Amino acid sequence: MKYIANRLVFFVITLFFALTLNFILPRLMPGDPAERILSQFGPNVDERAVEAMRIALGVEKDKNLFSQYVDYLKNTFTGNFGVSYLYYPVQVKDVLATSIPWTIGLVGISTVLSFLLGTFLGIYGGWSRDKPAGSVLLISSLLLRSIPYFWLGMLFLYIFGYRLGWFPISNAYSTKETLTGLKLVLSVIYHAILPSITLIIASLGGWILTMRNNMISILAEDYITLAEAKGLDKKHIMIHYAARNAILPSITAFGISLGFVVSGALLTEVVYSYPGVGYQLYRAVISQDFPLIQAIFFFISLSVLIANLLMDFIYAFLDPRVRG
Amino acid sequence: MWKFGLGIIIFFIFIVIFAPLLTKYDPNRTVAIPYQSPSTEHWLGTDRMGRDIFSQVIYGSRLSLWIGVSTGLLMTVIATVVGMISGYYGGITDRILSTITDIFLVIPGLPLMIVISSYMKVRGPLMVILVIAFTSWSSGARMIRSQMLSLKNREFVMASKVAGESDLYIIFVELLPNMLSLIFSIFFSSVLYAIIGEASLSFLGLSDVSKVTWGTMLYWAQSANALLNGMWYWVLAPGLCIALLGTAFALVSFSIDEITNPRLRAR
Repeated sequence: MKYIANRLVFFVITLFFALTLNFILPRLMPGDPAERILSQFGPNVDERAVEAMRIALGVEKDKNLFSQYVDYLKNTFTGNFGVSYLYYPVQVKDVLATSIPWTIGLVGISTVLSFLLGTFLGIYGGWSRDKPAGSVLLISSLLLRSIPYFWLGMLFLYIFGYRLGWFPISNAYSTKETLTGLKLVLSVIYHAILPSITLIIASLGGWILTMRNNMISILAEDYITLAEAKGLDKKHIMIHYAARNAILPSITAFGISLGFVVSGALLTEVVYSYPGVGYQLYRAVISQDFPLIQAIFFFISLSVLIANLLMDFIYAFLDPRVRG
Repeated sequence: MWKFGLGIIIFFIFIVIFAPLLTKYDPNRTVAIPYQSPSTEHWLGTDRMGRDIFSQVIYGSRLSLWIGVSTGLLMTVIATVVGMISGYYGGITDRILSTITDIFLVIPGLPLMIVISSYMKVRGPLMVILVIAFTSWSSGARMIRSQMLSLKNREFVMASKVAGESDLYIIFVELLPNMLSLIFSIFFSSVLYAIIGEASLSFLGLSDVSKVTWGTMLYWAQSANALLNGMWYWVLAPGLCIALLGTAFALVSFSIDEITNPRLRAR
């Protein structure tokens, strides 16, 4: 119980850290945030517009910092993130509601596929680390991890989108015609293939390395030597003796990575103009849409924290030692 | 393997030093008609302002490498100090520092970098260095802390304590040298992280895009629709440099881990 209580406390502290950061950052900037934002639209700013902006930002002059903070927390927990400047007069929460499903769908499926493929390759890479195939796997996963994944996306877009014309170059579904039913589903899948392949390849290296290193540590254990001495089938040892035990840390990492699904495709979405959370964050940053930036950062942090907390609970359930 | 990685790093250091000898064009000056295709005169063509792209790749190595290395250094210093103090003292100090480390570990790095930079008015190289280092030191600190936990009860530490050495002396003079291999491994992987971080921030236009780095080159290529106009080499060249240099740092970092951790070594 103490363990679970500890994790809950950590969850709350971190959530407040993210929230407070969101609150402080706009206020750390020199000058009046409302005037500064509006000054980008031109030199002559209406005083009433400035006042409206102050209210939208929660920086009204007649309120002290503490009551501003309380209001901000209240608004955040009631889902009231204000109005987006970029999509004025649409509410920020509506922008989020339309973009989150795209990201979860695209990145969620890519994460699962990448995990399965990478773990499988990692098992093989760890098992045959002394063979040329193992070295090739190792070097290519180090290479994959060092490639800026948005750049990989740009190259794929150029080759398979512009040059060969096999895949669409932007959006999550065809906007040329109104699609319904199966046609819409197919269009969505068709548009997701290229960004998804980019994401899978980009995160593959990490999964391979994690699993490979786990395998190698397990292979040094005595029971593996014993199994070999007993003359058991090599493949049987690899799968049932080594991989089975080596996969545990990978599964933990997988659980946590599910929390990063919301933020994992930021730049890929930008490259493919895919209307998910990352693309919206990019657009919000470019147009200085601070309410939208704040809300997206809050959601990204929240999803990671929840995934972490769930993983901690699952761990406590599976492994009696951590319950302590 | 580490020789190969070090070779690539030295190769890029040569480019940094001898940049003026490798190309005759100033990367910031208009030298030809905009949007030219590659030719013998301009190996990678020219950009939207008629600047030589090959020169930009060559000169871009300077700021990219500088930002990468100094950010990596700063990340390593923060990680080392926080990790060692946290692990050495234990108790309430450890609880506070560990919690801070864990907070930075779970909050996603790139979104945090983007959010912080989006509020910054000045976005020069120094800002980029500080933002990346501030958001990304935590995994290193976690590793240093756990090595500290296993080292601090060794006999030589006990002996120093009995001899009356101060805590700071024991931490930085006696324990630090024993952690050098881990610290170096963290440094090299931090540089890899920083190079990609700089490229990502610049690509989004969140750094000083008037300065030439491989990241800002990708930004300009994207905003000039380079791919749509068939200027793929404008995107390929800087990205390839980032990938190559990043792999070099990853190779060295991985090799250090493999040498110091016998279990990872090939039999």
